[in-house]
Amino acid sequence: MSQEIIQKTAHELHDDLRSGATTATALAEAQLAHIDGHDDKVKAYLETWNDEALAQAAAIDDALSKGNDPGLLAGIPIGLKDNLVTTTGTTGCSSQILKGFESPYTATAVQKLYDAGGVMMGKLNMDEFAMGSSTENSSMQKTANPWNLNCVPGGSSGGSAASVAANEAVISIGSDTGGSIRQPAAFCGCVGLKPTYGRVSRYGLIAFASSLDQIGPLTKDVEDSAWALNVLSGKDPHDATSADLPVPDYREALGKDINDITIGLPKEYFTDSLGDDMRQKIETAVDVLKAQGAKVVEVELPHTNHGIAVYYILATAEASANLARFDGVRYGFRHPDAKDVKEMYTMTKSEGFGPEVQRRIMLGTYVLSSGYYDAYYKKAQKVRALIRRDFDQAFEKCDIIATPTTPASAFEFGAKSQDPLEMYLNDIYTTTANLAGVPAISLPCGLTEQQLPAGLQLIGKPFAEADLFRVSHAYEQNRGFDMGHAPIA
Amino acid sequence: MEYEVVIGMEIHVEIDTKSKVFCGCKNEFHAPANSHVCPVCLGMPGALPVMNREMVNKSVAVGLALNCEISRWSKMDRKNYFYPDQSKNYQISQFDLPLCHDGSCEFEVNGEINKIGITRAHLEEDTARNDHTQGIGESGIDFNRCGVSLLEIVTEPDLRSAEQTYAFLNHLKQTLLYLGVSDCNMEEGSLRAEPNISVRPVGQKEFGIKSEVKNVASFSGVQKAIEYEFKRQVKALKKGETLIQETRGWDADQGITVPQRTKESAHDYRYFPEPDLIPIAVDEAWEQEIRESLPELPLARKHRTTEQYSLSDYDAGVLTASREMADYFEACVAAGAPAKLATNWITGDLQALISDAKADITNIKITPEQLAAMIGLIEDGTISGKIAKDILPDMFESGKEPKVIVEENGLVQISDLSELEGIIREILTQHPGPVEDFRSGKMQAKGFLVGQSMKATKGKANPKVVNQILDQLLNEE
Repeated sequence: MSQEIIQKTAHELHDDLRSGATTATALAEAQLAHIDGHDDKVKAYLETWNDEALAQAAAIDDALSKGNDPGLLAGIPIGLKDNLVTTTGTTGCSSQILKGFESPYTATAVQKLYDAGGVMMGKLNMDEFAMGSSTENSSMQKTANPWNLNCVPGGSSGGSAASVAANEAVISIGSDTGGSIRQPAAFCGCVGLKPTYGRVSRYGLIAFASSLDQIGPLTKDVEDSAWALNVLSGKDPHDATSADLPVPDYREALGKDINDITIGLPKEYFTDSLGDDMRQKIETAVDVLKAQGAKVVEVELPHTNHGIAVYYILATAEASANLARFDGVRYGFRHPDAKDVKEMYTMTKSEGFGPEVQRRIMLGTYVLSSGYYDAYYKKAQKVRALIRRDFDQAFEKCDIIATPTTPASAFEFGAKSQDPLEMYLNDIYTTTANLAGVPAISLPCGLTEQQLPAGLQLIGKPFAEADLFRVSHAYEQNRGFDMGHAPIA
Repeated sequence: MEYEVVIGMEIHVEIDTKSKVFCGCKNEFHAPANSHVCPVCLGMPGALPVMNREMVNKSVAVGLALNCEISRWSKMDRKNYFYPDQSKNYQISQFDLPLCHDGSCEFEVNGEINKIGITRAHLEEDTARNDHTQGIGESGIDFNRCGVSLLEIVTEPDLRSAEQTYAFLNHLKQTLLYLGVSDCNMEEGSLRAEPNISVRPVGQKEFGIKSEVKNVASFSGVQKAIEYEFKRQVKALKKGETLIQETRGWDADQGITVPQRTKESAHDYRYFPEPDLIPIAVDEAWEQEIRESLPELPLARKHRTTEQYSLSDYDAGVLTASREMADYFEACVAAGAPAKLATNWITGDLQALISDAKADITNIKITPEQLAAMIGLIEDGTISGKIAKDILPDMFESGKEPKVIVEENGLVQISDLSELEGIIREILTQHPGPVEDFRSGKMQAKGFLVGQSMKATKGKANPKVVNQILDQLLNEE
């Protein structure tokens, strides 16, 4: 019975909770028991909040029994990436420099989940400061892919993706700076949404690259993604970059036909670097959409091949400033042997930050340095504008762009961790959506020959998440196969 | 060879916004350490800045008062450097697109109008205050000041003497006070002025190598630092030494500048656009709204005061030294006081009372209308000027109407001829000597008799009438 309940989606549980088929307490207990039984293998959670979760669940049950509506996500077990600050538990960004940090405030997005009745299960592992594509850069633990424990879950929201794939959370929240929600969602066979930049408040998301970061949900299906975005979205007076636009009810987009939709296939994404297996998966998926009435055209995104370079210049530049505050002065780790201020800075950072974080801080510092600024940062900003224009022009011809999420499915531990550049190439299909600020979603589109999930990426126009959900839902309902569950789930 | 000094100023002004520039914390100087802090100004992980609209409004007001162009599109930038007084290890400032730029400012030096170019005025946040008094090896940081609204005003190198710089700084401070954008309290650091100083042979067009002097706590300190730097640099040049571009610190006790940092060791601030804030777009309508709310500025007000009230340049200057005093003066005149008399009373006796009480003209009990009423009582002969001087402190203390004080204390001037004649006849009888003296030609003896009459009436006698009666009686007999 408990195995069954934790396999359900949020929208199914929503009805079960209201019909009396289950209670929030039973659900929370089942979820905690499942984590307890599985997470020693998956290692998605850094900490679980058992007492708090059960207390929350009891309050939800109390409200339901009195006939009150405790919110859209009432009683739903939710996991949080370790870069979302919470007054409950600790927030460490999977870094030694922030390990054990207790935030004096809670991130806006997390507060919205609480307000909607979500039951928070705890904090999820990630690449340190969200820098990485395999979660191997976590200083805390290695998270495994529930489909194959020898493989990485992707990153940086690896814990978030693995927890959903392993049914250790019904919904998990991640953050996506260059693909950090979509790539692990693709590797772990779940639905991962990066909303339009500004759709969800970043207040309380520990910044990696402020102009690219966006919070989004990882879910078991498209409908749950729409439900979660309903809750997460909206203008926040604490985030000047959050959009002051109305939030539609995204659930209304589901189940509608896609006859008016034109799907664009960017030829730059379907080159030789894409494996045959993955290419075939995407072509099959596009055929499903065609069969549902969508038109398919070829589009051009001519500056795609500059995406990775531009991304790694701008993201590291912003990161070099964003991470400067971790200096041992006010919070987090301070090296005990430092004898003066300068030593405190250098020793604290050298020991507190892992190698990838240090590499990116140095890269970012370099591209902003006097004499190099014009050649790197400024030029990258110009190319970013061109990439944005590419999307504007492509969206004159189509409504949705379809691409693979990743060039290949999940790789084994250690396969790429020795070569940063090869690791960076994992983001080749995902960074441009962040650079252009447009919304994108990764959907499971079958298993590769290695029996690992493949991901279809759909990219939408700015703030057109409703279209994204409509097309995603049409695909999911008509793809003609069941993804099933990961072996560890 | 004759040398001249060339000076440009960098002035930091803490703008008097209710809350800090990027968060809701109170902007207050006198508060227990770290009592006005929050996740944003402490640079806690995940916290984001939000621009304070009042800061933009007040900064645009300063820009307009300094005849600047207001950028239709301006942005904030991150200035990166590590120091514990910065919670984020970068300061949010403005680099290449300041909010206000290309302005100018006219000010008076010894009655002459001078003009200085204003390069830019840009928004930034103040830093925290480091406290090294905790003990050996321990330093404290008070983040109350961290994130306080700061406007940096940079001038062109248009100043040519310490005296001229002093006059400009005073004028700028006066303008900022008129605008009501800052309390300009230099002791509390809400106004900080740093001169850039170089010298060159008279007639040479190129600028010399400049030094920037920091840690100057007063305008007279700026003046002294300029005088010192001029001498130091000229002396070095005359000895054939080469100057280096450097930052020097002002040592007020010794009256010298000391080297702090050379250009070579200067920071690379790695400025780049602040991605957490949206651009500041002040459109024409917004600018116009602020322009219309600007008060009359010091020079214009002084000029108008001279013209409208037929006052001397000096009087107008004293009256318009502050907007509040000028307002008080005009209210007093509007209540019926003759301008010159109002000027004398305000800048004389009233100012002395205010200074003694360490008060401020905005919060004294005596209203401009009451002062006008008191002047009216002198004018219509109800009281003498002497009595007025006596009752002013009473008015200042109690806030009572002058008429009430006069009546309560029976201070109405005696102008009644027959009453005064009786009193004066008595005095003449009591002092036959001076009467004789007068009659034998010693005119100054009359002064004594006037004095005795006033004394007998406790100052209430109308001096004009006393004189009349004395003339009459002394010549009669």
